Amino acid sequence: MKIAWTLLGAALLLPPFLPISEYTLHILILVLLWAFVYTAWTIMGRFGLVSLGHGAFLGLGTYATALLWNHWGLTPWLGLPLGIATAVLVALVIGYPCSRFKVVGHYFALVTLALTEVVRLSIVAWRDVTGGSLGMTPDLVPANSLMALQFTRITWYWVALGVWAVGLVIWHRVDRSMTRSAMDAISDDETAAAAVGIDVTRQKLTVTIISAALTALGGGLIGQYQMYLNPETMAGVGVSLQIVFAAISGGMYVILGPTVGAVLTIVLQEFLRVLFGTHFIGAAPTIYGIMLILFIIFMPTGICGVVAERMRRKRA
Amino acid sequence: MDIFLLEAVVNGILLGGVLALLALGLNLIFGVIDVVWIAYAELVMCGMYAIYWLYAVHGVPLFLAAPMAIVFVAILGMLVHKLIISPILGSAPINQLLATGGLLFFLQSFATLLFGADFRNIGLRLPIIEIGDLFISFARLMAFSVALLGMVVLWLFLKRTYVGTAIRAIAQDREIMVLMGVDPKRVYLITSALGGGLAGLASALLVLQYDVHPFIGLSFGPITFMICVLGGLGSMIGGFVAAFIMSQIISVGGFYTSIELSYVLAFLLFIVMIFVRPQGLFGVKS
Amino acid sequence: MLEVSGLEAGYGSFRALHDVSLTVAAGEAVAVVGPNGAGKTTLMRTVSGLLGRRAGRIVFEGTDLATVPPHRIVELGIAHVPENRRLFPRLTVEENLKMGAFSPAARPHFAERLEWVYSLFPRMRERRAQVAGTMSGGEQQMCAIGRALMSKPKLLLMDEPSAGLAPVIVDQVFDLVRRIRQEGFTVLIVEQNVRQVLELVDRAYVLEVGTIGKSGTAAELKSDPAIREAYLGI
Repeated sequence: MKIAWTLLGAALLLPPFLPISEYTLHILILVLLWAFVYTAWTIMGRFGLVSLGHGAFLGLGTYATALLWNHWGLTPWLGLPLGIATAVLVALVIGYPCSRFKVVGHYFALVTLALTEVVRLSIVAWRDVTGGSLGMTPDLVPANSLMALQFTRITWYWVALGVWAVGLVIWHRVDRSMTRSAMDAISDDETAAAAVGIDVTRQKLTVTIISAALTALGGGLIGQYQMYLNPETMAGVGVSLQIVFAAISGGMYVILGPTVGAVLTIVLQEFLRVLFGTHFIGAAPTIYGIMLILFIIFMPTGICGVVAERMRRKRA
Repeated sequence: MDIFLLEAVVNGILLGGVLALLALGLNLIFGVIDVVWIAYAELVMCGMYAIYWLYAVHGVPLFLAAPMAIVFVAILGMLVHKLIISPILGSAPINQLLATGGLLFFLQSFATLLFGADFRNIGLRLPIIEIGDLFISFARLMAFSVALLGMVVLWLFLKRTYVGTAIRAIAQDREIMVLMGVDPKRVYLITSALGGGLAGLASALLVLQYDVHPFIGLSFGPITFMICVLGGLGSMIGGFVAAFIMSQIISVGGFYTSIELSYVLAFLLFIVMIFVRPQGLFGVKS
Repeated sequence: MLEVSGLEAGYGSFRALHDVSLTVAAGEAVAVVGPNGAGKTTLMRTVSGLLGRRAGRIVFEGTDLATVPPHRIVELGIAHVPENRRLFPRLTVEENLKMGAFSPAARPHFAERLEWVYSLFPRMRERRAQVAGTMSGGEQQMCAIGRALMSKPKLLLMDEPSAGLAPVIVDQVFDLVRRIRQEGFTVLIVEQNVRQVLELVDRAYVLEVGTIGKSGTAAELKSDPAIREAYLGI
């Protein structure tokens, strides 16, 4: 196992030194950044908190950073933490009553869905400042400015790799900590968990905060990397579902699941996009949609889930 | 009262009719099959495109195109159940919700593939009715009336017929339906067709007022779920009342602020309500 | 009329019944008695198709029920009054009765059978428009029996009709069952109230933890010392 991880790590250090195209590097960066966001989602999702509201956290992180930069010239080094803090605050305002009043299942999904729409619509409504549904671009500075958090592609690769790795470490630590066994108990049977003295509300809020904060961070970075923000692609139902699907198709119970989900969804999207070119606009996401449905019907534990299950059976 | 405010209130009531119809369809499916079709509003979009295609592209008269669209969406509803829901009926409810979420992606993209992302209009100009200083769109008035009529017909069906009674009964005790000689699978399929048919009817009413584009479902979908939950998932009267509450918030709120902020208000109200009264206005406490 | 042989059934890994055999002849009233958890309800549920069987055969009037989908069993002439009545609580009494006449064969006779059930249970006529969940336990039991009768069954399965009712009401319910017998129905009844049910039926089987123990005519069982001690408290 250790060898596999070392090999993977080493392989990921190589791309900037290889003669690969800008485009390939771009895809790798996107995969890493989104994988980070998907990983953040599973920190909640795997404990039965299936949130359709992560678009809200993503949107808060990305828009706070960009707005503070454009309007007040505040460096993303302060903007990002402020965006994260806002996301955490919102997560608490929604998460606490959800846990307190035992809002679960369909209801949890719909509350979070409402939340993500609230954020998206607020961004659209505040069009004088945010550019509304036309989107916005962070003010440009010459490349590789640490203050502005704007880099060349190669630097971005290192940044993306770094946060992705941090995301995995956090996932692992949450997985290892006491929280996990407690949360497993919670997602199975909340009353039973409370009966053995597990503070359900506190555990739920902890994972919610971690997940929201990481998602906002990911959102802020994606906005900085793409240098273009749009409420439809960075907040709202669309992106929320995209996050959920990628996490589920990869597998939310395995550490690399969300990453595999990111590779799968992004590479697939890009492949289909290149395959169909501009001839059949919509063909790529059509096939993508069908594959999502098939995944949920036939492989609800995701690719990694199925692989892990196979390996376990082989060993047994 | 300010005449424009009055107009907003009237428009809110008229909008409420169509939203109530949509909520009813979704509620029916939830009550009977216990699944949330996240892609419900996308079925409405399909119906709108069907009418656009029949009427504006092929010149089929509206009074024929509308029933054809209703049948088309009803069949779509059955397909959704047969192909997507039925294979995973036994798995976690959240999976069913997500599978229809995949359908949402699919339908949006497929519509883009067929019709492009442009806004399409059936190009029918309906008159504006003047009552005193009040201007009311005929299309909206008609949509409201037909929606109410549709709900009455549905109510009679549920109240009078054997299958309708079975649809109401199955939500109350799923297991013993078999003892009554009811095949639950058949009831599920009929309910899905009904839910689809209602979406089809709504599409016929909406296409008179709005342009159709692949993402139009997103403007009706979320609010429809909120209405269902606010009224109490599975409670049809609750959904009806909640539809009018939400439509007033949207319409009057939109009058005072902007359309987006009025939706924000509606969603915030929903979030608060779910904490204060999770079973909804008329829901049965489980 | 009904032949059950070598029946095995259960839930998940739990085997509730093994090797149960019994028969019910046309016109007979047969009871299955036994302690809690012996599998009496499982037996009824398996016969009416609510629960799949794992082994054995259930033959009704020459038809192997394994070949019939569960929702068609009622059409063959088996109606089941389930444990705890299981009315549709938010439907009216009349709508509940209507559900009893759901099968295609029963629908044309709805009006006449409704009249017949109302004449059997005049109380139900008074309550026809009342929401079923708001009635008393005894009335609900009447409604549940009425609902089963709406399909004009050849064989009526009754699962603990007296359970959860006050003693006075229990007597009324047993009177109801007696009247149904007089109407000429074949009845298979499961009861905990052994003393009263043995007054009512021709024969009885004793189900003990998943399998049939003793069986015999009601008179035989009433005089059996072991039965007297275990179930009749004498």
